[in-house]
Amino acid sequence: MDYEKLGLKMGLEIHQQLNSEHKLFCPCKTELVDDDFDGIVQRKLRPTQSELGEIDRAALQESLRGLNFKYENFAKHTCLVENDDEPPHSLNEEALDICITIACLMNMHIVDEFHTMRKQVIDGSNTGGFQRTGMVATDGYLETPYGKVVIESLGLEEDAARRIETKDGFTEFRLDRLGIPLAEVTTDPSMHHPDQVREVAYMLGQILRSTNVKRGLGTIRQDLNISIAEGARVEIKGVQDLDLMAEIVNREIQRQLVLIDIKKELVARNAEVLDEIHDLDELFKDTESKILKSAETIKAVVLKGYDGLIGREVQPGRRFGSEIASYAKKRGVSGIFHSDELPAYGITQEEVDNVTDYLNIGEDDAFIIVAHDEDIAISALEEVKRRASLGLDGVVEETRKALEDGNTEYMRPLPTANRMYLETDIPLFKITADRIEPISNNLPELPDVKQARIIKEYNLSEDLATQLVKRQEADMFEAIIADVSIDATPVASLLAYDLREIKREGHDITALGLDHFKEIFTLLAEGKIAKDSVRKLAIETIKAPESDVAEIAEINNLTMLSEDDVVKIISEIVAKNEGMVKERQMGAMGPLMGMCMKQLKGKADGGMVNKTVRSEIQKLI
Amino acid sequence: MTYKENAEKFIETYGLSIGDKIQVNKEDITYTGILLDRPEDADDGYLVLKLSSGYNIGVAIENTAAELIEKGEKPKIGFGKSEIPADPKKQNISIVSTGGTVSSVIDYRTGAVHPAFTASDLVKANPELLDYANYNVKALYNILSEDMKPEYWVKAAREIANDISNGSDGVVIAHGTDTMHYTAAALSFMLKTPVPIILTGAQRSSDRPSSDANINLIDSVVAAKSDIAEVCVCMHGSLNDKYTYLHKGTKVRKMHTSRRDTFRSINAQPIAKIENKKININPDYAYTKRGVNGLELNANIEEKVGFIKSFPGISSDYIEYHIDNGYKGLVVEGTGLGHVPNDLIDSFKRARDENIPVIMTSQCLYGRVNMNVYSTGRNIIDSGVISGVDMTPETTYVKLCWALGQSDSYNEVKEIMHEDIAGEFSEKSSIKDFLN
Repeated sequence: MDYEKLGLKMGLEIHQQLNSEHKLFCPCKTELVDDDFDGIVQRKLRPTQSELGEIDRAALQESLRGLNFKYENFAKHTCLVENDDEPPHSLNEEALDICITIACLMNMHIVDEFHTMRKQVIDGSNTGGFQRTGMVATDGYLETPYGKVVIESLGLEEDAARRIETKDGFTEFRLDRLGIPLAEVTTDPSMHHPDQVREVAYMLGQILRSTNVKRGLGTIRQDLNISIAEGARVEIKGVQDLDLMAEIVNREIQRQLVLIDIKKELVARNAEVLDEIHDLDELFKDTESKILKSAETIKAVVLKGYDGLIGREVQPGRRFGSEIASYAKKRGVSGIFHSDELPAYGITQEEVDNVTDYLNIGEDDAFIIVAHDEDIAISALEEVKRRASLGLDGVVEETRKALEDGNTEYMRPLPTANRMYLETDIPLFKITADRIEPISNNLPELPDVKQARIIKEYNLSEDLATQLVKRQEADMFEAIIADVSIDATPVASLLAYDLREIKREGHDITALGLDHFKEIFTLLAEGKIAKDSVRKLAIETIKAPESDVAEIAEINNLTMLSEDDVVKIISEIVAKNEGMVKERQMGAMGPLMGMCMKQLKGKADGGMVNKTVRSEIQKLI
Repeated sequence: MTYKENAEKFIETYGLSIGDKIQVNKEDITYTGILLDRPEDADDGYLVLKLSSGYNIGVAIENTAAELIEKGEKPKIGFGKSEIPADPKKQNISIVSTGGTVSSVIDYRTGAVHPAFTASDLVKANPELLDYANYNVKALYNILSEDMKPEYWVKAAREIANDISNGSDGVVIAHGTDTMHYTAAALSFMLKTPVPIILTGAQRSSDRPSSDANINLIDSVVAAKSDIAEVCVCMHGSLNDKYTYLHKGTKVRKMHTSRRDTFRSINAQPIAKIENKKININPDYAYTKRGVNGLELNANIEEKVGFIKSFPGISSDYIEYHIDNGYKGLVVEGTGLGHVPNDLIDSFKRARDENIPVIMTSQCLYGRVNMNVYSTGRNIIDSGVISGVDMTPETTYVKLCWALGQSDSYNEVKEIMHEDIAGEFSEKSSIKDFLN
């Protein structure tokens, strides 16, 4: 694709959970909880009306869905603040300081005073009906292989509640995630190539990870803003996999191009969405279609001039009809039937003909059927009409959700700025130079810089250094090496590879502290344990972290034997096999070496065993 | 405008006013946004800017220059006047607003919350109210609940009496929650009413989507249309947006600083539960039915009444101060069954000698005063102190203000205090009436 010619413009928005001890506005821990919840509260949300008569588009949209909410709460892990039954406590300054660190790393300008805002979100993911958020810094930049990317803003905000399920008219959320501090990094929409977006997303992630942030699945979320010249701005939420980014971009371009095409065709056909909602109950009273039979009512609208276009593919496996359906689904229906896909779903050609006759529509015209309860069917068809009419505008500005295959699906209209107002329960917070300076003077080393440095400084392989940095073990590595004079590679290799395996085997590697590592590697440096025993000793230390590491080595039989003992053991083995030595001469070296190593593994140096076996054989021949 | 000193001077120098789109230039950064007002309690030296993203930031004015980009409109507050349609088939309900969390509104452009929200705004913000009744709405005053004074109870009682005699079928009063139970008690003593009088409020302000105001208001209208011709408080019954309770105005108290279900009936059960717009009246409750009482207003009160809480180490100065300063009556929140340290008893005798009634209540809140169990209690009775029985200290305080408005004779006041005027006593302490 010629991205330049298409006028492709992209920006990124990255949400990263911070690893502060407490939540942003209450003293609860910033951990997800999988225990059974202690209670549930039921709530309703209602969009508030501004006195200027403007209700935010996105907020209104969500409220019309008329959903009720349930919130799972915990006596120990959550409090009345998450419940929206207590005003927020003061701003978490630890979280603010992490954001200041991020701002400095991205060359940003920190605001003089932080104002906590309420951003209206009434999909239930926030118990208050708004997310608390504030602007920490603006106007930064990042040097990338594709040139400078402007970092427009850095926000500090609350994470939303975790959605558990929707059933029986209620959406259920768990309150554990609500209030975990998030840094929100937004770039300007100046990226023009999918590879560039991927690279910038990766770099931003690396920078964030050099600060005190959460790691693991779901702790970082990427959103992509994208438009092409003739299209419109679309925000794609939840792009998890960076490798999928190019695919998502290409499929979105394709979708916008097809929608532009459909628009042109609709305009040429003088297409029009008719207002009337028709009742088809009579027509389908003897239908064999299971879906239609089970519905309270069957209704339809006519789309003049839409024939053939509703079935047009906008993305692989998704049609213009899917776009319309996703609007209708927000009103509680599970789908729609459109004339381009019928007969199907048990609806016969005869029934289709009957509908066509009854609605009195022409060759170019299409219809859409919804089957559900009266209220929901009407409300869904209103949305069908609205989305179908928007087809005449081409691409619609909206927030979409990234799907696993690279496609996207409609979520809600783009939010507008008028959903933000001051959180009056929290005082304004000054960010003075006294606060910033100690942070800006002690910035963490960025990952790529750190990697290059440790390769050079400790003569590590690039792979080992990469893994150390990626697993955030580089600081531990350097602390060990600083105190124990030992070859760097076994230390790096334990931290970079073995620890992960040990963890997988079910051991709690957090039990190992710097002192444990120093003792283990001192034993190795002093020749008291063998290289091969390091991993085993680490595991045994996890099991008894309070005990002396040298004793643990002793008890578990991991300490090396003295040279005399080794010679004694080897000479006994060789003596026992005297017959073989006599027969094979030096050819007995291999088998004897195997036997000795089996007995001495981890207790004697391999080179020394080799030398001793050799001399013992020579003594006999 | 609440910009002060330096900031005010800065704004004047550059010819700016609130609502203007401006550009602020600092040494290494430029911000463009709408100049907003600054909260009154925030300090001098910063401007508040709303950026185009909707975020507000504070910009220090030191080493800063500004320029006007575009003059802005003054923000308009309120919904604008419009007629509320009347339907002869529906009942006529009066809504009286007095201020508080339930009646605040947000100016989205500037982000300021204004308590200047009138009763008619309340109906417009909750248009579904129109399905249930016709409304006569008025803003009586707009004060925070903590600024409530006894004189406002009088004003409210007169206004409500007026509405009822003009044909109102029920009254809803939007009130701040902090002192709602005082006002509820005051109206209970001042008014005999043929129709329901319902006080309601919100624990979460109505400018937020999660506000409890909407359900509380709608259920209050349901209560105001009901058969219960009493002064009641209608508020959330649990943490869920599911049902509300109707509490008797003399038996209710705010029991939590922030929870939605803060109001509890003390030493009593709620009169009714309202769920899905349906009222379920507690069958054990003998309430006054609509139309049984004629309208009677007796709003005479004495405002100079003291209210003291006993504590270990309290000295008789607390009592003496009130006597010396001309207080006409005193309510004491004693410990346990109704006790104070023995040192105070001489001061109680002095009060009795000077014709100042002292009423004993309990800071336990639950249970009833009984000063016969311990010798201290008997000494307190002998000093002339009157028992508040099982009334909450707040209801006792309000009742004493009212009783002293009826008479200045100690004996008559004592009689009034022990007469059940508005269901403020219950004879029996039920096993169910604790922490519910």
